[in-house]
Amino acid sequence: MIDVVVLFFLLGVFARLVKSDLRLPEALYETLSIYLLLAIGLKGGIELSKQPMLALLPQMLACMALGFAIPLVLTPVLRLLGLSRVDAAAMAAHYGSVSVVTFAVASAYLAAQGVSAEPHAALWVAIMEAPGIVAGILLARLGARNAEGQAQQVNWGELAHDVFFGKSVLLLAGGLVIGAVMGEAGTAPIAPVFMAPFKGVLALFLLELGLVAGGRLGELRRYGLRIVVFALVTPPVLALGGALTGLALGLSTGGMAILATLAASASYIAAPTAMRMAVPEANAALSITAALGITFPFNIVLGVPLYLQMARWLNPGV
Amino acid sequence: MDKHARTLLVIIAEAALEKRLVADSQRLGAQGYTVHDVRGGSRLSVREALWEADRSIEMKVIASPEVADAIARHVMGSYAPHYGLTLYFADVDVIRPEKF
Repeated sequence: MIDVVVLFFLLGVFARLVKSDLRLPEALYETLSIYLLLAIGLKGGIELSKQPMLALLPQMLACMALGFAIPLVLTPVLRLLGLSRVDAAAMAAHYGSVSVVTFAVASAYLAAQGVSAEPHAALWVAIMEAPGIVAGILLARLGARNAEGQAQQVNWGELAHDVFFGKSVLLLAGGLVIGAVMGEAGTAPIAPVFMAPFKGVLALFLLELGLVAGGRLGELRRYGLRIVVFALVTPPVLALGGALTGLALGLSTGGMAILATLAASASYIAAPTAMRMAVPEANAALSITAALGITFPFNIVLGVPLYLQMARWLNPGV
Repeated sequence: MDKHARTLLVIIAEAALEKRLVADSQRLGAQGYTVHDVRGGSRLSVREALWEADRSIEMKVIASPEVADAIARHVMGSYAPHYGLTLYFADVDVIRPEKF
């Protein structure tokens, strides 16, 4: 039932809880994340080379719309939970954007279960990074303008640069393009590095993320039960939205489960960085604790199997 | 050896500010800078540099007292309300004054 890589995550959390001195060097963390982003992009790109881009346009637009819509729905909910407008919008932006590692875990889980999904799903990940962040910033900024009666400036040029040329999107999109241009045969020489060891690298990276997420658990007390409940209830609800979008697009059951996972996942790399630049007055620790401390572990341990069930239930014929 | 008095300004900040701090200090007259990745904390929180959003930097600028003051004033005014920041000054002697 549980995928082996998830156990590495739990080991990392455990190491943190028992105050182990385990610490992965920062350079290794950086290397692993670069590897994962490139490998995921390449894999998706190779599949892209086999299909006409135009046919994928509806999927691409739907992914963009889904990412943008999530903060619009979540911000009012978070306001009702008592968060300030900027905190609500910033937190919602984290959920609107996506977690690449959650996607990787979902793909690994589907493969282990023998469920096939659209092989170019990495394209959805690359597309869904940015729209939620943009929506969250707009919500935070529009609100600030009304409250203080003065326009607060967002340097959109700098922000766009940081989001689109930041590590995540650059490497994912770069891998997609390289994979699409070179195809299966062209990438064969580098496959021994980028394809075969993928899951082992993912396991190592999850060990590191377990250390990071375990470190956030102590913060839960500071923010109270409402944030815990929000971070646990929101992913399945968003997953349902993602799965239904997948159904409307005519995706396979596996594809629906992937899109559900993407909708349910919360960004903890691109979104926090963008929020620090564009909405610095938002409480960064609050969003990260919810996204990385609760939602991420929930998604990879319980969420992904649940979303596959959800997709099977919505799409019983396939 | 000839020594020339200058001011060392040290800024410890979230890594997210690095680009802005470099641009600001150069605009305000600093000729150079040095940045280290650092980790640390306080009684309230710890920044361990385990992943992107948890990174901190220490930036050093050696400049004339006026330039160092101008940079510090700008940094405090622009970023102190919403970012973790520590600033301090020290008197240092340099050998090649034209560099600073």
